[in-house]
Amino acid sequence: MALLEVKDLKVRVEEREILHGLTLTVNEGEIHAIMGPNGSGKSTLSHVIAGKPGYEVTDGQILFMGEDLLEMAPEERAAKGVFLAFQYPVEIPGVTTMNFLRTALNAQRKARGETELMVPDFLKKVREVSKSLNIPQDMLKRGVNVGFSGGEKKRNEVLQMALFEPSLCILDEMDSGLDIDALRIAADGVNALHSPKRAMVVITHYQRLLNYIVPDFVHVMSKGRVVKSGAKDLALELEESGYAQYEDA
Amino acid sequence: MNVAVAKTGNGRAVSDLFTSAEGRLPGSPSVIAARREAFETYERLGLPHRRIEEWKYTDLRALVGEVLPLAANPDAAALKRAADAVKAHAIAGARKLVLVDGVFAADLSDVKALAAEAGFRTSRETLEKDAGLLTTAPTDAVISLNAAMATDGVVLDIADGAQLSAPIQIIHIATAASASAFTRSQVAVGKGARATIIESFVAAGAKAYQVNDAVIVSIGDNADVAHIRLMDDAPDAVNITSQFVTVGANVKFNVFNMTTGAAVSRLQGFFTLAGEGSELSVNGVNLLQKTEHGDTTLVVDHAVPNCVSREVFRAVIDDRAHSVFQGRIIVRPDAQKTDGKMMIRALLLSDEAEADNKPELEIFADDVSCGHGATAGALDDSLLFYLKARGLPEKQAQALLIQAFVGEAIEQIADDDLREHVIGIAERWLERRQ
Repeated sequence: MALLEVKDLKVRVEEREILHGLTLTVNEGEIHAIMGPNGSGKSTLSHVIAGKPGYEVTDGQILFMGEDLLEMAPEERAAKGVFLAFQYPVEIPGVTTMNFLRTALNAQRKARGETELMVPDFLKKVREVSKSLNIPQDMLKRGVNVGFSGGEKKRNEVLQMALFEPSLCILDEMDSGLDIDALRIAADGVNALHSPKRAMVVITHYQRLLNYIVPDFVHVMSKGRVVKSGAKDLALELEESGYAQYEDA
Repeated sequence: MNVAVAKTGNGRAVSDLFTSAEGRLPGSPSVIAARREAFETYERLGLPHRRIEEWKYTDLRALVGEVLPLAANPDAAALKRAADAVKAHAIAGARKLVLVDGVFAADLSDVKALAAEAGFRTSRETLEKDAGLLTTAPTDAVISLNAAMATDGVVLDIADGAQLSAPIQIIHIATAASASAFTRSQVAVGKGARATIIESFVAAGAKAYQVNDAVIVSIGDNADVAHIRLMDDAPDAVNITSQFVTVGANVKFNVFNMTTGAAVSRLQGFFTLAGEGSELSVNGVNLLQKTEHGDTTLVVDHAVPNCVSREVFRAVIDDRAHSVFQGRIIVRPDAQKTDGKMMIRALLLSDEAEADNKPELEIFADDVSCGHGATAGALDDSLLFYLKARGLPEKQAQALLIQAFVGEAIEQIADDDLREHVIGIAERWLERRQ
């Protein structure tokens, strides 16, 4: 069974159709890159998979491990193992990162019928992961993402990915706003989390990110559809030729 | 000659309230005369209503209608219920002074332990001799009513230089349904003293009761005082409290109010900065739901130069509840170098929730730094979605954001244990919502 099956998905936002029948299959352990020009519907796809309100699915379906994802609330999707790394992670003043991480992790565990993680076990886990991502401990005591640089915010997303251990990670424009060093640290973090059980969907406008996170498959999106799929070389081709050839597809 | 007799909604004459209570009110004949005069003022003015500017958003005639008769003295059964309430609401380590239905309950209080560190008398004892306790300025109808009807309270005298080893907790407990309790207390803090005073308002099974409380506070030079008020009355109760505070020079005074109960509540605080170099911090959180009406009205009067005042208030308003915040900062002509700031934020959790924020600055000096801000809004959808995408169910995501919202005001409580206690009250309120 595929991990994620998006079948002929049609999505509207305020009466305007953004996705016109998108199909995508992701199996366990695979890394997929979704590329495309601005406005092609890449971020819409990531938002619909995560369950963001404001999108109306008019046709098609999304199955996650065979279950209808569209029937689930965002928090149920998270507990099942869907993780969206946000393009623009929000700042939450007054909620410390540590409190947020523990509350979220325990909410997911509770939803899965698991026991809550005891504080010492949790702290140990956070310390290990944050060390490997070069996240200083005092950052964890600050409000979620408050005063964080772009790179720190993205590393905080990767930290959550490592803690929550999802089976599907969707990285929405992870490279936006990052310089090359920040990008490398975040990408190294993502690569360390890749496993035969954990799949990644990397959404990006530029080929650059794919130098660090090497995909098994590349899909080109244009005007709300996947117009071409191929191996990793397709990304390099796109870098040469640009998206123009697909704009009229 | 026909004299029109003012009647309440139930057809009772307003004057019955006083005449039926008179025999139980402490005081020498001169004190009783002062009370009668205060009652006549109340009778003439009646309950405040929306045409009186200060009460525009809290129309007691519409919201309360009638002042209920004085509660009976608590009997053994009432005191038993009160004892249970004391256990539930006592703050660990604090010295308790307990008032049950407006009457001091010595057996439930820690008078002996307290007496070693501070002077203590009941208001009843004080009023037997002297009407001074009944005089306050400014005044309005509810304060006059309090002066007329106050049955008891506590009078604390903290000596110059005293460093209290434990907080004092005044616990007001209501056991009598459909009755009123009137209390009036006085706290005098001496020069250089350090003290923490906590006031709690709770119910022990009583419903639909009314509380009218007044507290007169004076703080001597160089004192360091914290005053925490926790209003957690029954959901159908009425609580009107008036505070009159005079602050000396080089004082640090930190006030915090938490409102989590009562159908109708108003805390009106009148603060006068009468000595230079003092820092006054008045903060609070109102957590309102159903049809609750919670009003915080503050007047901070900078009468002398070089003082700092800060007000940080947060209101969380659910269902059809209504929050009112009125904050006035007065800077007298001589009060140069005043630094006065006020920030009130309201969080509306439902379309029918209402917040009225009215900041006012009256500045008569020219070299001052004063400012105010007021906002009202809903929870941020993008924050809610982020939390839900990380596995938090809607109500839990809301609770986390609400805690963060009120946290900014609660952070102003310096004492770690008290701050944790207040956070606990907010958490329990949020759990009840779920």
